[in-house]
Formats: sequence, C-alpha cells, structure tokens
Amino acid sequence: MGLENLFLGFQVAVTPFNLLIAVVGILLGTVIGVLPGLGGANGVAILLPLTFTMPPTSAIILLTCIYWGALFGGAITSVLFNIPGEPWSVATTFDGYPLAKDGQSGQALTAAFTSSFVGAFFSIVLITLFAPLLAEVALKFGPPEFFAIQLLTFSSFVGLGGGNPLKSLATILIGFILSTVGLDIVTGQLRLTFGFTDLMKGFDFIVAVIGLFGIGEILLSVEEGLRFQGAKTDMNMRVVLDTWKVLPRYYRTFVRSSIIGFWMGFKPGGATPASFMSYAFAKRFSKNPERFGKGELEGVVAPETAAHAAGVAAMLPMITLGIPGSPTAAVMLGGLIIWGLQPGPMLFVDNPDFVWGLIASMYTGNVIGVLIVLAFVPFFAAILRIPFAILTPLIVVICAIGSYAVHNSMIDIWYMVIFGVVGYVFKKLDYPLAPLVLALVLGDMAENALRQSLIMSQGSLAIFLTRPISGVITAVAIFFFVMPLLTPCWRKLRGQPQGKAASVES
Amino acid sequence: MRVADLLTASLLMLLSAIVMYDALLLGAGWSGDGPESGFFPFWLAALLAVVSFVLFVQAWRSWSKQPFVSREQSVLVLKVLWPLVGFVLLTDPPGPWSGLGLYVAGAVYLGFYMRWVGRHDWRTVVALATVVPVITFLIFETWFLVPMPKGPIEAWFGY
Repeated sequence: MGLENLFLGFQVAVTPFNLLIAVVGILLGTVIGVLPGLGGANGVAILLPLTFTMPPTSAIILLTCIYWGALFGGAITSVLFNIPGEPWSVATTFDGYPLAKDGQSGQALTAAFTSSFVGAFFSIVLITLFAPLLAEVALKFGPPEFFAIQLLTFSSFVGLGGGNPLKSLATILIGFILSTVGLDIVTGQLRLTFGFTDLMKGFDFIVAVIGLFGIGEILLSVEEGLRFQGAKTDMNMRVVLDTWKVLPRYYRTFVRSSIIGFWMGFKPGGATPASFMSYAFAKRFSKNPERFGKGELEGVVAPETAAHAAGVAAMLPMITLGIPGSPTAAVMLGGLIIWGLQPGPMLFVDNPDFVWGLIASMYTGNVIGVLIVLAFVPFFAAILRIPFAILTPLIVVICAIGSYAVHNSMIDIWYMVIFGVVGYVFKKLDYPLAPLVLALVLGDMAENALRQSLIMSQGSLAIFLTRPISGVITAVAIFFFVMPLLTPCWRKLRGQPQGKAASVES
Repeated sequence: MRVADLLTASLLMLLSAIVMYDALLLGAGWSGDGPESGFFPFWLAALLAVVSFVLFVQAWRSWSKQPFVSREQSVLVLKVLWPLVGFVLLTDPPGPWSGLGLYVAGAVYLGFYMRWVGRHDWRTVVALATVVPVITFLIFETWFLVPMPKGPIEAWFGY
C-alpha cells in the first residue's frame, strides 16, 4: 500500500515545474539560512504570501525546500563564520569552525552536508513508513485525544526544553492568550479587543514569527558589533570525493545520531537537544575524545546528522496529527489552512496526492539540496560578506513586505515592530520564543478541542484521564510538566554543562 | 538583568489581570451548552498570573549584577531600531496622512542607512537604493501579484 502511494507521490513531485520549484526553494532557503536575522521559520513565513496563488502541492514543495535549504545554510555559517544561525547548529560550530580555521573547511562542509543528507534521509524513510499508520490511528481520535496531544506538545517544551521551565510555561500562556484575541467563532463575542476595531482581527502568527525571529534576531545580532569574520572555503570536487572516502568510517555515528534525531525530533523543540546529545554520545564512544572541540570531523557529523533527522521528523506530527513539531512546521501548517486544506489525519484520506507529493518531494528536495549546496558553497558564503549596512535594511524591508502581505494591512507591520522588540527582550531574558509561536498557531484548535471535550463530559476535566488513549497521553504530559519540579538536580547535571560549553565556544 | 526580569514579570502580571478582567466581563463559567467565551482566556491568564508571580519572586531573589544592555550595545540597537520605525512611518503613518508607500520608503531607508551607518559612497548608495526597490516591486507587484502600500510616485507611473 505504502509503495504504491509513494509512487503516486513521485509522479506529483517529479514534474518539471515542481522540480524547478524545489531548486528555487533550496536556493532561497540556503540564502535565508545564511543571512543573519532570517531563519527557516520566518523565511517560510515571509514567502508564504507568494504561494497563495500556487497549487497547494507546489506551494508546500516550495516551503519545505526552503526549510531544507535553511537547514543546509545554517551549517555554512556555523562552519565558516562560527555563527550558529539556529540553536541546533551550535554544536556544529564546536568542531566545524576549528576545522575551517585549520584550512579544512571543505572537508568540514562536505561532512556537514553529507551528514545532513543522511540524517534527513533516515527520517524521511521512517516518515514514509509510519505516517500512514499514525494517521490511521489518529482518525479514531476525538477532541479529548487531540487536546491531550496538545498538552503533550507543550509539556515537552516545559519538561525537556532546558532553561527556566516557568519561562517556557509563561511564553506558552502568552501565545495562547494572544490567540484568543478577536472574534470568538463559537459564541460570536469579541474578546480582548477593548473597543479597538484593529484588534478584532487578532494577531496573526506569521507576523509574530517575522517579528520575533526576524526583527528580534537583527536587534540581537547588532549588539555583538557589526562585523562577520569568516574563514575562506576551498571547496572543489576533489575535496568532496576525498571526504566521502573517509566518511563511511563513521557509520556508527551516522546510525546513532539519526536515531537520536528522529526520536527527539518528532517532539517539539527536539532538534537542539538532539544535536547536543548526539555530539556528547559521539565524543563518549570515540577512540580519541580529546580531539573533540579541536577539529574532529566526527564532531561535525554527529550534530548535523541528528539536527537534520530531527528537523525532518518535526514534519511527522504536522502531516499526521495537524500538530507541528517546530515553528517552521507551524508556519507550514498555517499555509495548509490558507490553501484550503484541513491539517490532520483526514489529509491522507481526502488529499492523498498532496500528502504523498509532499513526502516524495522530501526525497527529491534533499537530493537536490545536497547537490546544490555542495556546488555553490562559495557563492552562499559570499552573501555574508555583503556589508552589514546593506543587509540590515534589506532584511527589514523584506520582513515588512512579508508582514503586510498576510492581510494587506498596515497594522501588521506595526505588530511586527512590536513583536521584534518583544522578541529581543525575551531572547535576552531567556524566555523561549518557539513555544509562543506554536501556542499562537494552535490556540484555536486547542480551545475548540477543550470546549468539545468539556461539552462531552458536561464540564468535567476527568474526561482527559478516563478515556484510554487520552489518559495515557495526558499522564505523560503531566509527567513532563512536573518533571522540572521533581528533578532539578538531575536536570542541571544533564542540561547545563552543554549550555556552558556553548557560551564558551561562541 | 534583574531589573529587566522584574519588569517583565510585572508586565506579565498586569497582562494577566487585564485578560482576567475582560474574561470575567464575558463570563468565564459554564453556560447551558458549554464553556462561556471567557472560560479559556480566564484560566490561561490565571495560570499566567501565578507563573509570573513566581518568576517575579525568583528574579527578586537573584543577585545578577550583569546589566541588561551595556551603553554601547543600546546605542547600536537603537541605531537599528529608530530608522526602522522611521521607515514604517514613511510607508504609511497612522492617521489621515498618506505615506510614500513601501517601495519609496524602502529606498529612502536603504539609502539613508547605507550612507549613515555604512558610509558607502554616494554612487553605491543611489544605485542600490534605486535597483533594490525596483526589483522587489517587479517580484511582488507584477510577478506574484502581492499588492504593497503604494504612494504618489507609483501612482505617477500608473500603478
């Protein structure tokens, strides 16, 4: 059954137009991943309005390819400039940048891209196998189960996110509160508008993503001064082939990191811990752990494999349950709704060509991606040599265009500015931003699931614990929520040393 | 950091108070056929109030002497922030005044920033400040048909 569907998907993904879209997406995505202040999530958010007029399958192929490209782009800045574009590429800088300073940037980048590809491929195969099964199970879910899954989603930010769990909880609540602003579709009442007509539309998460991640990131990065200092690249075909000869030696690391990445990745916020965890494991099992941090190729392989496996795995809950595993997946979910598709398990029944086209495009997109980045590294690296005084206003203007295009409204540009300042302050104070965005996206769905569950149970919260499936999920969620209370010492031992290492390195 | 943490926690407490007030006005209980409109926001805000209170206490008891931003850093950040706000104001200021539109404001902003922060020579400034908005105009307005706020100059060209 699966193979047939996948074949159907390839028929959709391997048309000249969709392949062209994939190439454009990878190129754009890599540029976005390289540019400071633009990452996967807000890159996808800014370009989302461009897809409104496209067929949904081509649109999702464009967005996912931007996502893969951004993941590849993050590796370029980490290795060449010691700037982790995203939190999950922090571990890549540990050994990638020393290698680049040593004049071995070609090897480091080839290893990074190849590992990314291997990790992504592993996850895609697992998605191909598991997505239909999970969707089938999810078809039997009622509102209590969906609400329980939402609880689980957010509990993993609190329990596994690292940092101050209360701050994670606070940003989740802020996101949910922002999602309630405006018209309540169930009762028709206006909430939290205080008589302002502008507030009636509520806050769009796309604008929040652009402001929090885009503008906020720019404000944060100018603090460090306005220079980028990077190593030169020496990419050519020979270096690539030579590195490929060495890489099979690390097959254990590839397998281990892929599994870690997938396992951590389909839970929200999993990519960053996955990359650190697989780095730590690689170091522990290595024959020469003392070389780690000084330029060991395996130290690039491990985090990159895991981060990409996790990044791809984040798509699994999005297509099967309608619950995104990362901010970027959340933006894509918003895209699905705009294109008129209903996210969740029904997609497999109602729009098989869309789902399987998407899954097949993950294969083609990653193959195209790894070839493009290997071929064009010097070009992408040159982008970071564009003077800061040109890049900053350019990125700001692009962000403003993206925000305005969502609803054609000026107020959204102002929201973007406000979200930018909030994002800057929150980032400095270690309030995590990803949970806020996810809560803003999922707010309506969570509230409806809660309402319907409570109507089913006549107002008793016990319904979440008494139904078998939702009971198990809720129990796990509660466990994650209270985990920071139960084991503060254990958390410190596990999470802190890595964080320290990160700040020392950068 | 301590002051900023205290301030943020206080603002969050204020926010939750406002939300709870609004939710109570709407009704945060149980109507005949389900939870009322204010139900979900009320309990979210109640939880946020508790969380931000604990965060306030945590911040109060911490001894971080590290400042939130150094003087030089805040200068750099403001140097980005106020031209940004200026750009948005130029595009379309709130109220009855009409702005220059996004492309022209973008050109002014790009040119000003390049000259003021980057000290690029005038030829580069003028060239880039013309070419970039024209390219974005072609991409968004004509190719992808995404309309942006436009002002008198675009109108003069017939858009």
